[in-house]
Amino acid sequence: MKFALKVVAATAAALCVSAAFAQKGEVVKIVRIDPLTGLLGPVGVSQLKGYQFFAEKYSGLPVPGNPGQPGNPAGVKFEITGIDNKLSPTESLNALKAAIDQGVRYVIQGNGSSVALALVDAINKHNERNPGKEVIYLNDSAVDPDLTNSKCSFWHFRFDADTSMKMEAMGGFMAEQKDIKKVYILGQNYSHGVQVAKYIKEVLARKRPDIQIVGEDLHPLAQVRDFAPYIAKIKATGADTVVSGNWGSDLSLLVKAANENGYTGKFFTYYTGVTGTPTALGTNGAGRVYQIAYSHYNMGGQLDKWMAEFKKKYNDDFYTGSTIRIYEMLGAGIAKAKSTDPVKVAMAMEGLKVATFNGEVEMRKADHQLQQPLYMTVWQKADKKYPYSPENTGMTLAPVKEYPNYVSSTPTSCQMKRP
Amino acid sequence: MEFFIISMLNGVSYGLLLFMLSSGLTLIFSMMGVLNFAHASFYMVGAYVGYTVSGVVGFWPALVLAPLIVGALGALFERFFLRKVHKFGHVPELLITFGLSYVIFELVQLIWGRIALNFRPPDLLQGPAFTLINHSVHGLSLLWGAAPAELCSAAEAGVRLVCSPFPATRGFMMLVALVMLGSVWLLLTRTRVGLVIQAALTHPEMVESLGHNVPLVFMMVFGAGAALAGLAGVIGGSTFLTEPSMAATVGSVIFVVVVVGGMGSLSGAFLASVLIGVIQTFAVAFDYSLGTLAGQLGLQLGTYALGNSFIKLTLSQVAPILPYLFLVLILIFRPKGLLGTRED
Amino acid sequence: MSTVYQFKPLNVGRWLIWGLFALLLALVPMLVSSSLAITILSQMGIAIIACLSYNMLLGQGGMLSFGHAVYTGLGSFMAIHALNSITDGSLPLPVSALPLVGGIAGMGFAALLGYVTTRKAGTTFAMITMGMGELVYAMSNMIPEFFGGEGGISGNRVAGKAFMGITYGPPIQVYYLIALYTFVTVAAMFAFTRTPLGRMLNAVRDNPERVEFVGYNTQRVRYTAFIIAGFFAGISGGLGALNFEIVTAEVVGAGRSGAYLLFTFLGGATFFFGPIIGAVLMVLAFVLLSEFTKAWLLYLGLIFLFMVMYAPGGIASLLMMNLRLAAFGKLRQLWVSYLALAVTALLALIGAAGMVEMVYHLQMAGADGNTVRFMGVVLDSTGLNSWFGCAFVILTGSGLFELCRRQFNREWGTIQEEIEKEIKRRAEL
Repeated sequence: MKFALKVVAATAAALCVSAAFAQKGEVVKIVRIDPLTGLLGPVGVSQLKGYQFFAEKYSGLPVPGNPGQPGNPAGVKFEITGIDNKLSPTESLNALKAAIDQGVRYVIQGNGSSVALALVDAINKHNERNPGKEVIYLNDSAVDPDLTNSKCSFWHFRFDADTSMKMEAMGGFMAEQKDIKKVYILGQNYSHGVQVAKYIKEVLARKRPDIQIVGEDLHPLAQVRDFAPYIAKIKATGADTVVSGNWGSDLSLLVKAANENGYTGKFFTYYTGVTGTPTALGTNGAGRVYQIAYSHYNMGGQLDKWMAEFKKKYNDDFYTGSTIRIYEMLGAGIAKAKSTDPVKVAMAMEGLKVATFNGEVEMRKADHQLQQPLYMTVWQKADKKYPYSPENTGMTLAPVKEYPNYVSSTPTSCQMKRP
Repeated sequence: MEFFIISMLNGVSYGLLLFMLSSGLTLIFSMMGVLNFAHASFYMVGAYVGYTVSGVVGFWPALVLAPLIVGALGALFERFFLRKVHKFGHVPELLITFGLSYVIFELVQLIWGRIALNFRPPDLLQGPAFTLINHSVHGLSLLWGAAPAELCSAAEAGVRLVCSPFPATRGFMMLVALVMLGSVWLLLTRTRVGLVIQAALTHPEMVESLGHNVPLVFMMVFGAGAALAGLAGVIGGSTFLTEPSMAATVGSVIFVVVVVGGMGSLSGAFLASVLIGVIQTFAVAFDYSLGTLAGQLGLQLGTYALGNSFIKLTLSQVAPILPYLFLVLILIFRPKGLLGTRED
Repeated sequence: MSTVYQFKPLNVGRWLIWGLFALLLALVPMLVSSSLAITILSQMGIAIIACLSYNMLLGQGGMLSFGHAVYTGLGSFMAIHALNSITDGSLPLPVSALPLVGGIAGMGFAALLGYVTTRKAGTTFAMITMGMGELVYAMSNMIPEFFGGEGGISGNRVAGKAFMGITYGPPIQVYYLIALYTFVTVAAMFAFTRTPLGRMLNAVRDNPERVEFVGYNTQRVRYTAFIIAGFFAGISGGLGALNFEIVTAEVVGAGRSGAYLLFTFLGGATFFFGPIIGAVLMVLAFVLLSEFTKAWLLYLGLIFLFMVMYAPGGIASLLMMNLRLAAFGKLRQLWVSYLALAVTALLALIGAAGMVEMVYHLQMAGADGNTVRFMGVVLDSTGLNSWFGCAFVILTGSGLFELCRRQFNREWGTIQEEIEKEIKRRAEL
């Protein structure tokens, strides 16, 4: 118990306190349970900085005339700390208990659908066994479609676009490219890779039945160092495009091997922009590596200003746009419910529509999946039009197509039980 | 056809990289009986030190300096830490190297950070060493260096033209590995130092009483083993990726190589590493599973069996864990290893 | 060797120790209130059983296994599948008996895999277990029906009929179940060490050739011990499944096997109660230490390194050495030296830790500026003052430590001589 308090004290003391003390309003404590050490440590640390950065911006009442300090309609103050789960579902459950002990009612997580599934389960059980102490789970990056279908839960809200939505948009883009005739699917052999393969096949069958799926490969996660055999196999099938949900070293090694072994086809990916991959990618794959995501580096307007400010302060790139959406949605929900009680806020957030940096987004009531526009971007040299360069590589992800909400939206099979 | 040749070359080059790594391990084991768990960590340190040094003086000097630095670190470790544990037996020696691997992992991340580093090979090695052009009409031809774009796109319809470049970095890797094998073998069998080392393996007290400084010999051997790992690290780090998890991914495979080849046998390690490299590379190419095998044999499987993921597992999906399968099988049927001489 | 107290006819010492242990297990949750503390205690109980079963192989059998998590993990998976069967009524078993299902599963897998694993001891054994561990872990992502893929398998422990009002909903009830199992299994494993099989296992560890000559089949002995260890490992896994209500692939991973090895050795593989200490430290390190400092893995590695060099018997051996001193009434003479050693070592360590923290802070590029709060003092990672300060503290600390250590060695030597004289004297009586 004492140790947990020390965590709160230490990180609260370390948090740069903003000058927004003048606002009245409650303090809403949020805990982010994510890896801060290990393989995904840099990603988790970078994202936590983003949360702390935007907690300042979105706390308190809106400052009129200053779009850089949007605040929230209820004037509450957001306080966010991070607990390291070392990417382990069991550690995350311990972290959840620690958070609950600190009196925190809002939990954020994103890296790793396995952790997400464990958390949803644990939170369901906790809320059922402890009425009056409910906890809400805000999911910012775990894209397993099960979380809003077979395993959907009233207490879970997803702010990233799930695999079915991303594949819908990606498939749509690919369908319009006439030079795509043969597609190879390469993925990591776990639920994410399997889901990507399943959905892209289904979408392509629907939109362009003439596209041939010439091969499908699932390799063990983070174990393959040498992708040359896979590239050789892809070349032998004559595929002109590769679809892959790979992240981290699995993606950077894949593109590197493709370059070295003379594979000139296109790559459609999810996670080109995640911490570490831009550096590993370098100038490889310029013009050939595409990414589908709900935001990109060059959206313009206030977001560009914030990204520049973030880069100056932390020398790091901000790319997890769902951070902003979470604060906006939470603020709007608290204002609508006129309370910070999680049950009321959850009820208020259902079906809520919020205007955000790229249009209006809606938290769909049926399955708690945020409906939002998606963007197809391509890896290319940074220029005047699209100047933002992640990790100082001189390259950027430039948008080529936007998919508004109604295009990227996908149906759900969720039968949600409400309290 | 070019698929076969390129895959063979890929397999052999990967196997030779494994050999570079496991040769140091075999050396240390045969000399001192210590299974060095931190060997893959020395590989990682070699890559990182190589990155830093090549940033200062360039790649080619780094190729010489980085292994020396890593070798010195290994020798220091042996002198100040491992030597104290000799008297407790083999298990504590293994454990101390186990602890060292954790410490090195953390220290590397502390000094160089946690994300992957961009360790680029020198300009000479960038690009392909040669390109195989397979023209469905004219047949197979070889071109040194990179093939220009016109040669790679088919002019006439109905002609299949595939260009398969073979990266120079991999060719260099093969070259260094072979040179290393040759020089280590020559050192051990033809020089005086090598003879002293071989004698110290079986009769350390006798060698000591003849006036040779046996602890110094052990220290140098450990350092040499670490240096070999460091060399492999410089090459592996520039060819593949330099990141903190690189030790963990190769760590277990080199043990497999050493055990399958026969503990203490350098030629066994060579054979095992090339074998594992080639088999793993080719296994990726095959999409056969138990289900397809049953189908070919004419067995009718029910819908449950067809849907079962174990039956559906293809060879290409299992490819990366084939080495461990070999390990278990070898230890069951031939615990000495392929070319081993010691029975443990 | 340690002196053994024997009381006749009723072994008062043994009753006292076991009674105190049971009392401790029963009463400790009353001292803490938060649910995090209860879950930590539950995890300690689970870890104790796992580490003791591991020590059956390492400490008692001389078999260094790098894949013990396979048996605890597979026990967990079978248990969670059984729990799901209980929930939908196809298995009429009380939830309290679930860990036994895990135990039987662990035993079964140990019997299956152990036959080839235990053919040889020593390095070969270590290598096979490592290979098995990697294999099982890699397969876990490939067979989602059994392993549940990335999300694992989850269950609900509030299943079946409540027995005397015990539903296992509240964590404290789970704790008491774990405490009960812990007590029983620890007693069983201690009893095992006293059986002829347990003694032969020690003999196999010390001198397998002689055992063969005496007429025992070393492989048979190892294999049987392996199966029994697998049984207890499976029980630990089953309790884990009950505690977390979810089992994911990491429970069979190399990281967990490595943790068992590390902490069992740290606690002390040569004494029975050593792994208990190791297990407690394991849970504390994983759950709490990582919240304290980001450098926890580094500290762990370094502690392990120094333990192997200077105290290969682990913490238990350190305790027992001092207990021997106390038995001869000599501990009092050393307490000043111990105090001096502790203070100077602490000083040096604080300096080192301060440096490490600052370096970590620079690496992680603090969102909180360049300063890090360390033990109530604010250190500036970019300021030379802080670095010099830490370096100074380290140097003074280590210098004084060296002086104290030499003095301590002299005193220790003198005392050991006195004890030897005393033992001789008593033998002559």
